[in-house]
Order: sequence, then C-alpha cells, then structure tokens
Amino acid sequence: MLQIISVLMENKPGALMRVTGLLTARGYNIESLTVARTLDPELSRMSIVCDVEPHQRPQLIKQMNRLINVLQATDLTESPSVKREMVLLRVRAAMPSRTAILKEAEIFGARVVDSSTEGYALEATGDSEKLDEFIDIMRSYGEIEVTRSGMVAVSLDARKLKLAGPTEVGPRQETAMVRD
Amino acid sequence: MSSQLMSGAKVLLECLVREGVDCIFGYPGGVTLPFYDALYDHHIKHILVRHEQNAAFAAQGYARATGRTGVCCATSGPGATNLITGLVDAMMDSIPMVALTGQVTSKLIGSDAFQEADTFGITRPCTKHNFLIKNLADLPQAIHEAFHIASTGRPGPVLVDITKDVFQAQAHYTPVNSIHLPGYKVFMEGHGGQIRRAAQMMWDAERPMIYAGGGIIAAGASEELTALTETLDAPAVCTLMGLGGLSSSHPNFISMPGMHGSYAANMAMTHTDLLIALGVRFDDRVTGRLNAFAPHAKIIHVDIDPAEISKIRNADLPIVGDVKRVLGKLNTLVNEMKGSSAAKNAGARKAWWGQVNAWRDENPLKPVFSDSEIKPQHLISEIDRLSGGEAIVTSDVGQHQMWSAQFIRFNHPRLWINSGGLGSMGFGLPAAVGAQFARPDKLVFSIVGDGGFQMSIPELATIAKHALPIKIIVLNNGYLGMVRQWQELFYNNRLSSVELDVFPDAEKLAGAYGFKGRTIDKPSELASALEAAVREPGPYLLNVKVSPFENVFPMVPAGGALNEMVLSSPQPVSVD
Repeated sequence: MLQIISVLMENKPGALMRVTGLLTARGYNIESLTVARTLDPELSRMSIVCDVEPHQRPQLIKQMNRLINVLQATDLTESPSVKREMVLLRVRAAMPSRTAILKEAEIFGARVVDSSTEGYALEATGDSEKLDEFIDIMRSYGEIEVTRSGMVAVSLDARKLKLAGPTEVGPRQETAMVRD
Repeated sequence: MSSQLMSGAKVLLECLVREGVDCIFGYPGGVTLPFYDALYDHHIKHILVRHEQNAAFAAQGYARATGRTGVCCATSGPGATNLITGLVDAMMDSIPMVALTGQVTSKLIGSDAFQEADTFGITRPCTKHNFLIKNLADLPQAIHEAFHIASTGRPGPVLVDITKDVFQAQAHYTPVNSIHLPGYKVFMEGHGGQIRRAAQMMWDAERPMIYAGGGIIAAGASEELTALTETLDAPAVCTLMGLGGLSSSHPNFISMPGMHGSYAANMAMTHTDLLIALGVRFDDRVTGRLNAFAPHAKIIHVDIDPAEISKIRNADLPIVGDVKRVLGKLNTLVNEMKGSSAAKNAGARKAWWGQVNAWRDENPLKPVFSDSEIKPQHLISEIDRLSGGEAIVTSDVGQHQMWSAQFIRFNHPRLWINSGGLGSMGFGLPAAVGAQFARPDKLVFSIVGDGGFQMSIPELATIAKHALPIKIIVLNNGYLGMVRQWQELFYNNRLSSVELDVFPDAEKLAGAYGFKGRTIDKPSELASALEAAVREPGPYLLNVKVSPFENVFPMVPAGGALNEMVLSSPQPVSVD
C-alpha cells in the first residue's frame, strides 16, 4: 500500500532535494509529490506519496525531521487525514456522445473548464481511486489526455509544532535550544 | 555597532574570527583568490596541505583532538570534489567541521564554466547541512549558522559554497548577533521520567553493562561516564569511537566490543541483562548478527539524535538528550537509590563480575611476540609502552587500526583519532597534522599501514614544512593486510591485488623531505628504534617491517554472532 508523508519545511532552495534525497538514497521511487507555499510565505508544505517498507518508515520520518530545513514531517498513512487529488482531463468526443460525457462528469462532480468542437476539458478532484474510475470512464468515450496533481493531504489531528528559538552568535558554549 | 565598508572576503574572515577560528587547512585556487588575498595579512593561520582531501582530514584531526570545529577550505570544481571523502568521513563519525568552498561567479553558475561543479548538490548528502551563497548580504548569517549547526546537537560537517563575486563585492558589514533556525531542534536535557526509570532499571538488573561510544567523547561526558561505571560497578566497553571515554586503565574497562573486540567484551554483551547504551549507534561492526546480539538484554539507549533511537535495535527505554546532561542527572538518581537498591541484586552482580573476570582470564587480549620477526602486535604494544595512555594516536583503517584499538591504552578522551564509520584509508597522516597543530604539546603517533600511508604520502611535505614532530610509524606487512586477511579466510587464500611489493626506502624518503627516517625488521631493534623516534625533536618516519601474514583476532566473521568469535587459528570458512 502506498503511504503519504506530509512535510512542513522552510521555503528555501535545496530544501526539496534534502527531503526527497532521503528516499532516493534508499532506492525508493516517489509516486507523487506536491509542494507549495503555506500561509506563511517562508514555509512550504510538501505531500509525498511513496512506497517504503513499513519497518523503514519511522526511521525515514525521523531522518526527515532531523533535516535543518524541516519543521515537521508527519506520516499521515494511518492517521486521520483528508487526502485529495486533482485531475485535468481533455477528452475528444464526437457530437453524439457529448451529452453523455457531461452526465458522467456530473456524477463524479467534475467541472467543465473548456469546451470546443473537439471535446471538453474537465476538472475533477477526489481520492485517487475515484479519479482512476473517472479516467477509465472518460477513456471509453474517446481519446483522452490526463494530468494528475498528485495527492495533497491535511491531517485532522491538531499537532503541536515545536520550534527552536533564536541563538546568540559568538563562541560556542551553552546554546539556547528546545528543552524537553 | 557601526558598519564598515569591506569586501566579502574580509567579511568572511570577520565571521570566522567571531567563531573563534584560529587555523584553516586548505588549498587555494582560481575562485578563492580574493579570499586568499585577504588571508595574506590576517592573523588566522592557513595551513597549506598538499591535497584537498587531506585538508578535510586535517581539519577533522584538529576537531577530534580538541572538540572545536575544524575548518577546511578548497576552491571550486576539483577542489570541492576532493573534499567529499573527508566530508562523508566527518558525517559518519559526527565530527564538527566547516568546509568553505569557492564557487564560480554567480552569473556563470550553470554555464559549464571553468572549474565549475555543482558543489551544493554534490555535497548535500555528504553534510549535516550546506549552503550556497550568491549574495554578500547572506554570508554572515550563513557562516554563523554553519558553525552553530556543525558544533551543536549531533555534530557534523557543514559546507558553505561561496561564489567568487561574493568574495569581491563590497558592503557595509554589520555583525550578525542572532541566528534563527526554526527547524533545528536539539533536545539536550532528557526526559525526567525516563531518566528516573533508567536509574531504577540499573539497580534492578542482575548483569548490567555499559556500552559507551563516540557520543561520550563528543559531549565531553567522560567524568560522568566514569562516575556511573563506579557507582554501578558495572563492566564497561568503549566502542572504536568511544575509546578513552572511559580510561583504558580503569578496572571496569573490558576493552572494545565487536568484530575485533575482546572476548570478555563480546561474551558480556551476549549475556548481559541490561545494556546501558550511551552515545552509540549499534554499528554492524559492533553488533555482529543482529538477532543474536545481546539476546537477553533490555536496552537503555541515550542519544542526542532521535533518529538513532531504535534504528537498529529496539530501545526498551530511550532517552533523547545530551549524554553529559543525562548522565549528570542519572548519576544523582543512581546514587540516591543506591542505599535502598544496591543490596537487592548484590549477590547476582558479584556472580556476574566473577563470570566477566573468568572471560577476561580465559582469553585476554595478548600481544604476540617472535624472535625472528617483528609481530605487528609487538610493535603496537611497544608504542603503548611509550605512550603510557597519554599520547595522541591517529590511524587509518585496517589491521593496524584494530591492533591499535586492542593494545594501546587511552587514559583520556580525544587521544584516539581514527576513521571509524567510513573507514577511509589515508586518514591517519593528515589527521595527525591537524591534531599536532591543535595540540602542539602532545606526543603524536601516526600509525598507518603501508597502503594508507601511500595514499596520503604528499602530506610529508606539510609535516616537513612546519617541522611537526609527528612520529609516523608504518606498520609495513607488504599487503593490504585486512583485505588479505579476508581473502585468506573467506576466499580460499586467493590473494587478489593486495600485495604492495614496492615501498619507498624510508630513510631516503624522509631524507628527501629533510627529516629522519629508518626501516627496521628485527625484533631486537624495535624498542630502541621507537625510543629514538620519540626522542627526535622533529618528524620521524619509522618503517617497521612486520610479519606479513599475521591476522587480527579475535574475529567475528561477517554475519556471525558476537559469541561466535574466531579466537586465533584461522579456520577457513566458505562464503555463501
């Protein structure tokens, strides 16, 4: 089964590579990856879908948390969360099937974002399995082209975010850090 | 503070001064020219090594000998790529180091410019953290962050890649007084409840033992470790990285565990019911076959890095914290509980010591001697005699390293300097350069094999230039000894590409650099030759021809359990 890891990190060059590097160094493939700025423009939220052996996952997440640019890495695979993906799909459709396509789109909650004599461009969101079905059905109407966003997720648990405080510059003695 | 117009190169030096840097090991090049121009009349000392890899190793030697952050410097492209082994080496052994590299002018990045390499990308997995600086305004912050990251928490190497135009730019410099790394969380204190539970477990155990590693050295926790060892009166082992954390002369010290550990250490690990793991990472060279490692033991694991907890062996009681602070609190509690708890298992503990001492007597680590040839163990034990537990000893990786770990006493931390995790050949000689600069008062032995010595032979020039009184002892068996040992034991003695039959004449080689050298091969010459080397006020190269086919024992074959040690006679085993 695929897993989803959510990473809150600093919006800095190289930060993405540090996180994904922990996966690639172990020879794991990344199934999908989305990253975008958060409300705080200095931070980004990354959602990674991957297939990591279960016994390696806790260690991997700890190593992600150890990265200087990472504020919090969380395994959302088994914790309460909402997961969604978006698909943009263009379907070529001859006149007789156009009404049927719109009906199907409605069943899946998809929206028409472009319409031409060639066919439609549709936008749908949902969980990945539902989108798979949607794509399968649209394929039955004619030639399609698909772009998927990859999964994004939000945890339903409120998590306390522990952050380090500032540190004085100077000869290194005692350093102000998180006290647990 | 008032600001001052100055170049980026000078700003960098200002920042280094504020971090307390007194020397840099490096090698100049095209894009670092402005920095070297600023260094020309600056009080920070620059030690010109003969290869960038050795700059990183020397900076590590400096750091390992003092605990202060070592600094190395290289130019862009090949200069930076030559640092890589030293960076990974520092990463594996958690050594605080800051590497400064030049980068091509920011406008040229990505254009395949002369001596351009993606240093930031290449070194990302080789460092604790790294920076690419393209604006002078970002430089002071990055330098202070680099030193902070390198030296705190679990120490490690940090690289700052600086473009040439940053060195050249002029700006008003205002010192940075505070840095903020919101994602860099270091847990120092340890959980009070867990510490209390740990103290109780220590008194509840019948066969407790202490397993201390490099974390003890990094945290400066020797005193606390010694106190715990004595209060509990438990047998203690130090890993290869932890040697000297507890004095080798301490009566409770039962040497090093693992692949070439002592019989007593490995048997105790196998039979203990409470393994008190302090600043260790359960390295595969220590544990042997994991499902047979300490099979009867509960594990208390203290480490500053949460990612180490239960990475290899599940910790029954984890404590994330600085091992010095945690041990300080533990010692108080263990002492408090002593009155009420010590009596409970006193009988069992006495029996445990009886058993441990029996193992000690059964198969002690004993050097081998011969009248006709110098046994490598004989050589090492003579060095031990001259050191008396007080000299700094650096080594590479291989047989000489293991014999040194077995037979040389280290009465203090930061005396034993070797490449543990990465196992880099060529480490010992440049590390001795760094250590001798850091500790000019100390007798420094660089014990190297004939293989590793030839990997860093150019540093003889650095040693000669600064007349560093390093005693270079080449344990010369004419082979890549450890690889040969494995070929003998596991590959039907088919000695493939391990013979080093050409070796320079030591007297002529040292003489060519202007210092003394000698080759010996008779056991009768050994003691006096070593004494003469130590008496020599300058550097000395002593090439000691030892018996070529000596193997390191005890040995736990790869994949074997700790109690399945091969003690002496080579029993050829086939490889599956």
